[in-house]
Amino acid sequence: MITVSSLLDSEWHQRYKRISKLNIRSSIYDVTNQCNLRCKGCFFFSSGEDKAAVEEKDIKKWAAFIDREKERGVNLAILIGGEPTLHLDRVEAFYRRLPTFVATNGLIKIPRDRFPNLMLGISLWGDENDEKVLRGKDTFSISSKHYEGDPNVYYLYTLTPKQIGKTERIISKIRDAGLKVHMQLLSNDEGVDGFSWHPEQLEAIRLEMDDMLDQYPNTVISSKYYHEIITTGKMLGRRFGWNECPSVTEPLDKRNPRPKRLIEFIRWASDLKTMHRCCTSETRDCSSCKDGAAHMSWVMVNKRAHIRTTKDLQNWIEVYEMFAKLYQFIPW
Amino acid sequence: MRMSTAPDVEKIILNVAQIMIDELKLEDVTPETFDPQIDLIDEVGIDSMDLATVALVLRDEYAIRIDEDDYPKLTSVRLISEYISDKLADRADG
Repeated sequence: MITVSSLLDSEWHQRYKRISKLNIRSSIYDVTNQCNLRCKGCFFFSSGEDKAAVEEKDIKKWAAFIDREKERGVNLAILIGGEPTLHLDRVEAFYRRLPTFVATNGLIKIPRDRFPNLMLGISLWGDENDEKVLRGKDTFSISSKHYEGDPNVYYLYTLTPKQIGKTERIISKIRDAGLKVHMQLLSNDEGVDGFSWHPEQLEAIRLEMDDMLDQYPNTVISSKYYHEIITTGKMLGRRFGWNECPSVTEPLDKRNPRPKRLIEFIRWASDLKTMHRCCTSETRDCSSCKDGAAHMSWVMVNKRAHIRTTKDLQNWIEVYEMFAKLYQFIPW
Repeated sequence: MRMSTAPDVEKIILNVAQIMIDELKLEDVTPETFDPQIDLIDEVGIDSMDLATVALVLRDEYAIRIDEDDYPKLTSVRLISEYISDKLADRADG
């Protein structure tokens, strides 16, 4: 039987031990149906999820709901929307009870005296031109001023095909703002012309992401194996899709056989009763889904499949560490 | 003196090892060569979902309940087997 210590030297084994017992149990929460942007390609609005449930407005019900989630074993609340910062009382209800991460567009500055260590991931869709086309404005110029040098903030830089050859300028701007960056790929849910990926573009962006990680190791939070997985959609010869996705809401998961999946994962709508099918929209084609967190989780839940060769297991460790850093389970 | 009709731990170890091998599709190992002391998390790479899968089979096999709160201490085949043995002994005494 292949064992972990037979594949790893002592340094890698220590890294493995640091993460092997974390037992992260995340769920995702739509904090609100409202947003202060309307981005082309945002799955929440393009799929009609903003109308799937009537928002709960009673903060006491939010508090009671979060307490139940904690009892259910959730130890990471990922807040999305809509724009979560439009309702800071709800964000605070999570923050006071659970390790919490907020995905935001960064247009509203979170008061740090109220949320001193709250981890924020600021969405960024390409460069200024892409942002104007897809989001109606250049958000970076605003969000980077709000959070310059903040150790608990990173950019979630969504790469588009138009970014090939241009990512370094963005990465260096983020570095200069004293922030970290994690890269993911646009899924182009609304089919905006020129923003869908072709195979040769995916190959090119993979090389560029690798290059950025090599050049900016203190700024870019990523791993080359993750780049491989999201650009090829393949892991250990298996193809990502509905039958493999780990991020399906558990009570709605009727797949048989069930793949390795996130334990007790649920994505809740803002009425605190409705469950969405998965971490992204039901209307998305799973075979072309580029969701970064889903692909990371796909690797993470398939640990034993990676206990095969030293390189495979090291790849798994790097992806797990990346996730653990992005959600504050281990330091940068 | 406590009298117990529970099977002895060594027999349970072989059975638990066989269940692990079957359920988790472990390769290149038999119940006889499975080191009962080996750390299942740090060395074999078993995670909480794997343990939950095995726990369901053990529940049916031995008609015992394995509380999820107990998972963190069930880190080897021997510890799992002793846990089962204790549960069976308690039931026999009860």
